[in-house]
Amino acid sequence: MDKNYRKIIYLSFPPGRSSQPLVCNLARNFNLTFNILKAQITPRQEGFMTLEISGDEENFHKGSEYLKEQGVRVTPVAQKITRNEESCMHCGMCTSLCPTRALAVNAATRCVDFDAEKCSACGMCVRVCPVRAMEVDLENGVLQ
Amino acid sequence: MSAAKTVKTIKEINERIRKGKAVVLNASEMAEAVRSMGKAKAAREVDVVTTGTFSPMCSSGMLFNIGQEPPVIKVQKMRLNNIPCHAGLAAVDAYLGVTELCKDDPLNKIAPGAFKYGGGHVIEDLVRGKAVRLWCESYGTDCYPKKKLEKDVTLADLPFAQLLNPRNCYQSYNVAVNMTSRTIYTYMGPLKPNMRNANFATAGELSPLFNDPLFRTIGLGTKIFLGGGVGWVLGAGTQHNPRPKRNERGLPMHPSGTIMVRGDMKGMDARYVRGVSYVGYGSSLSLGVGIPIPILDEEMAWFTGVSDADISMPVVDYGHDYPNGVKRVLAQPTYAELLSGEIAVNGEKVAAVPLSSRVIALEVAEKLKDWIRSGEFLLTEAQEQIPAF
Repeated sequence: MDKNYRKIIYLSFPPGRSSQPLVCNLARNFNLTFNILKAQITPRQEGFMTLEISGDEENFHKGSEYLKEQGVRVTPVAQKITRNEESCMHCGMCTSLCPTRALAVNAATRCVDFDAEKCSACGMCVRVCPVRAMEVDLENGVLQ
Repeated sequence: MSAAKTVKTIKEINERIRKGKAVVLNASEMAEAVRSMGKAKAAREVDVVTTGTFSPMCSSGMLFNIGQEPPVIKVQKMRLNNIPCHAGLAAVDAYLGVTELCKDDPLNKIAPGAFKYGGGHVIEDLVRGKAVRLWCESYGTDCYPKKKLEKDVTLADLPFAQLLNPRNCYQSYNVAVNMTSRTIYTYMGPLKPNMRNANFATAGELSPLFNDPLFRTIGLGTKIFLGGGVGWVLGAGTQHNPRPKRNERGLPMHPSGTIMVRGDMKGMDARYVRGVSYVGYGSSLSLGVGIPIPILDEEMAWFTGVSDADISMPVVDYGHDYPNGVKRVLAQPTYAELLSGEIAVNGEKVAAVPLSSRVIALEVAEKLKDWIRSGEFLLTEAQEQIPAF
């Protein structure tokens, strides 16, 4: 098991759950470090949160199980982001705003490489891509 | 420039293309060839250098005719997919510009606007073979009684549809930075505050006009690759600057030469004709253009031997200077430095971000190379020079 495990996950809290302190227990009970990249509570009291978690891989899985037991849906962000490969022109504009370098120009091929594992689903690329090749599919609506 | 010794003529090169014996290199391969064998040998051995670029090219548009069906109409107002076209040309001729926006586009009312669909997108849809909605209105005359026309049309339905681009292929361009303290959205893409990114365009050593900086071979009548089909250079483009500041290789130090081009849309490929939306700015068209350069003599071999390290481009502040017409150059990095992903401006390191697809630019140059090698694409002699000094 990897001791320096790092993953970006997307949490969906059902109505009612979003008001309870669950995420802090990842640090208290599972010795995980988390970084909140994005958080939102909708008028219907559902919560959405993008978290970057690092720590021991085994603890990550335990923490993840804990959240699920509490009714929180846990999805790896990488599954939420897609690039339309047919449409992408590899111009590079998205790399100007990508905060995590999930989108980066490959110096050798001059293609824009997309590493979904590094993506925090901030949605900046979706807004700036001139041909709308990037799609982030989140429960509270597809970002456009 | 003094007239260099002629090695071969375009006629002789075409003879070799017909026989399948022409030596054709893309502009990157030529840079390497001239570096390794020298310009004299390269001039003897290489016949044609193919260039390519794929970039947003504003000042592009489609000149088209919608045909008539009785009762006939003299169109006064026309739209394609709700994008207004200029119909004040004749009865059913019109022009659609790539930056034209939807009639009800919210623009920058909630800034930055998305500008999801514009003239460039209509052109891409037509080239893809998709149907677009044609809407026409007229006041009716004795000879043209019809007052309204609305129907779906495809490219095949249009009797005439050509790209007619008043200004393409800018020779060099500004590198854009933002020295203000807020993010701005420009035609050079999004620029983060305090100069945190520098956005640059052009295809560097592959760019058509960097390979013939003084327009020795490119002029009215030059046959080119345009959007995946065949096109033609019509002469200098709008805003053409014949007298830029040049470096020792004759390469301009700032945006200067431009060309006007046209080509039949019916032969084009949507891979090289893409409608684009620039957040906060508007819509445009990214277009693939490739120009073959005949290696007539040593001087042309030398010009086409240009490499990314020979090209330098001016860094301009789009936060304050550009909008206010202040002519100030903050730095002059080489294209090779820009490609490395980081440049230095006023002692600060700034991330360099490309806006032009180098991958597709190379693809264009390679495709043109294949056309010439197969013998189906011959070079033409320019019938009128484009001024460049």
